[in-house]
Amino acid sequence: MNEQYPAFLVVIPLLSALIVSIVGWVNKRLCFPVAVAALSVAAWSSVGLLFRVMNEGVIVYKLGGWSPPMGIAYYIDYLNGLVLPVVSIAALINLISIKRIVDQQFPDKAGPFYTLYLLMVTGLLGIVVTGDAFNLYVLLEIAALTGYGLLAMGEERASLATLNYLYMGTIGACFYLLGVGYLYIVTGSLNMVDIARLLPALYQSKAVLAAFTICMVGVWLKMAFFPLHAWLPNAYTYANSAASSLIAPLVTKVMVYVMIRLILTIFTTEFVFTTLAVSDAVVWLAVIAIVMGAVLALAERNLKKMLSYIVVAEVGYMVGGVWLGNRDGMTGAILHIVNDAIMTLCVFMVVGNIVYKVRGYAFEDLKGLFRKMPFTMGALVTGAMSIIGVPPTCGFFSKWYLIVGAISAGHYGFMAALIFSSLVNVVLFFRVFEICYYEPFADHHGHNNHSGGMDEAPVSMVIPLLIVAVILIMVGIYTGDIVNYVIRFAIPEAMA
Amino acid sequence: MTDLISTIVAKYNYWIYITLMMIGLYAMIAKNNLVKKIVGMNIFQTAIILFYVSIGVKKGATIPILEHGHGHDAQHVVHAMDYINPLPHVLMLTAIVVGVATLGVALALAIRIYNNYNTLEENEIMAQIRKK
Repeated sequence: MNEQYPAFLVVIPLLSALIVSIVGWVNKRLCFPVAVAALSVAAWSSVGLLFRVMNEGVIVYKLGGWSPPMGIAYYIDYLNGLVLPVVSIAALINLISIKRIVDQQFPDKAGPFYTLYLLMVTGLLGIVVTGDAFNLYVLLEIAALTGYGLLAMGEERASLATLNYLYMGTIGACFYLLGVGYLYIVTGSLNMVDIARLLPALYQSKAVLAAFTICMVGVWLKMAFFPLHAWLPNAYTYANSAASSLIAPLVTKVMVYVMIRLILTIFTTEFVFTTLAVSDAVVWLAVIAIVMGAVLALAERNLKKMLSYIVVAEVGYMVGGVWLGNRDGMTGAILHIVNDAIMTLCVFMVVGNIVYKVRGYAFEDLKGLFRKMPFTMGALVTGAMSIIGVPPTCGFFSKWYLIVGAISAGHYGFMAALIFSSLVNVVLFFRVFEICYYEPFADHHGHNNHSGGMDEAPVSMVIPLLIVAVILIMVGIYTGDIVNYVIRFAIPEAMA
Repeated sequence: MTDLISTIVAKYNYWIYITLMMIGLYAMIAKNNLVKKIVGMNIFQTAIILFYVSIGVKKGATIPILEHGHGHDAQHVVHAMDYINPLPHVLMLTAIVVGVATLGVALALAIRIYNNYNTLEENEIMAQIRKK
C-alpha cells in the first residue's frame, strides 16, 4: 500500500475532481466532503512519503512500471519530501476554512469551484513530485489554468487582472518548455536524473547555457521575481478570498521549489555557481526585489494588496538565498519555502475571515477589529510576527539562516536588504494593528456593528486559522529538527 | 556575407520559430485590443510547437513505423537513421492541448471583460477603471 503513495498524491485529487464535478450535478452538498476526503488522503500520503524518505532515502516511483529514462518516473528525495506535506496540508486546512466563504459568495458554483480547487492541488503536487522535465511543464499548466479559473471568480476587476496573469503565466511556461527543448536537443532525454548524468560533458555548450537561462527566466516569471512581478498584486487582490488563500501561499513557493530543483538536480551546483558565475548579479536582483516589494507594500492602503507585495518581497528572500551559492543560504531558502507557505497561508486566511464578516479589506474597513474578532486578530499578530521575524515564530529562523549565508558569502547588500525588509514589515503590520486596535468601529456600514461586542467569524473558519497559527510557532520551535533530519540531506555534499 | 547567409539557411527552422515567437510577443506587448493580444499569445505558443516538431526531423528519414515489423521474417536490423524522431511530436500533442485550453480560458475571460466594460480596448477599460 505505501509503495503507491507517490501515485496517490496525484491520482486521488485528480479522480476526485472528476467525482466532485459529477456529484455537483446531483447534490451540491456532497462536493465538500468528497474534496476533504481526497485531500486528506493526499496529505496522509505526503506525510507517509516524508517518513519513508527519511528511513529509506531517495524513492524512484515508476509510473505504469516503465523504467526511466523511457517511462515517467516520480522522484522523491529530501527536498520534495519536505515540500509535499507543506503543499498538501496547507491545501487541506485552507479547504476546510473556505467552505463558509464559498457558501456565502457563490453557493451555486460550489461544484465547479471545488473541482478547480482539487485540480489546482493535483497540479501543484504533481509539479513537486515529478522527476520528468516535460511532465513538469504539463502539470505547471494544469496548476496555472485552474489558477486562472479560480482567480477570475472574484470582483469586477478580477477578470482583467487574471487575463494579465494569463499572458505572463503563458510566456513563463512557454519559456520553460523552450528551455526543456534545448536540453532535449543536447541530451536526448527528459528524465531529470538522466539529464544530470549526461550534462557534465556539455557544460561549455552554448545550447546548455541557453537552456538554463531560458528556463530560469520562465520560472522567475511564474514566481513573480521582482522585475517580472507585475501580474501578481492585482491578480491576488481582486480574487475572491477563498481562491487567493490557496494560491498566494502555494504557487510562488512551488515555483521556487522548481528553481531549486533545476539548480540542484538538473544543472547541478557545479554548473550554476562555478561555471556560470552570475550568482552575484542575481543576488543583487533579489536585493532590488526585496527592497521594491517592501516599498511598494508601504504605499498601499489596502490589506490584501499590501500582503501581495509582501509575497513579492518574500520571493526575493528565497531567490537570493538560493543564489548565494552556499550551504547556509540554500538551507535558509528551503526552510523559507516551508515557513513562507505557512505564514502567507495564515495572513491570507485572516483576510478571508475579515472579508467574510466586514465585506472589505481596505484599511478603513479594519477599524476596531481587535474587539470584534479577537481570535482572527490573534492569528494575524502571530502571522505578522513570523513575517517580521520575531522568535519563536518560524520566520525568524529562516531569516537567520539567510543572514548567516549572506555573511559567509560576503554579500552584505543582501543582509542589509533582509534587515531593511524586516523593519519595513514592522511598520506595515503595526500600522494595521493600530487601526484595528485603537480606532473605533466604522459606522458607515450602518448595520449590527454598533453593539461593540464580539462578532467573530464562524468556528469552522477560526479553528483552522488557529491551527495554522500554532503550526507557525511549532515549526519555529522544531526548526533544528527540520534542518538536521531533512534539509541537511536535501543539499548535495559538494555545497560548502 | 555568404557566411551569414549559409548560417541562416543551414538553421532556417530556428530562424522561423524565433521570428514567429517575436511576432507573438510583439502583439502581446504592443496591441491594445485584448483579442489581438490573445492571438499574439497563441502565435507565441505555436512557434514553440513548430520548434519542437522541427527538431525531430532527419534528412532522408521517413515516418517512424517499422516496415516488416511483424510476421515470420521479423528478424532484421532497425536503423534509427531511417526514421524521424517521434518523441518531440508526441510531446507536442500535449502542448497543443495545453495551448487550446489556454486559448479557451483567455477568450472566456475576454467575454467576461466585455460584459463588464462593453469594450475590449485596453485603454478604454483602464479609463473606466480609473473613473470609479
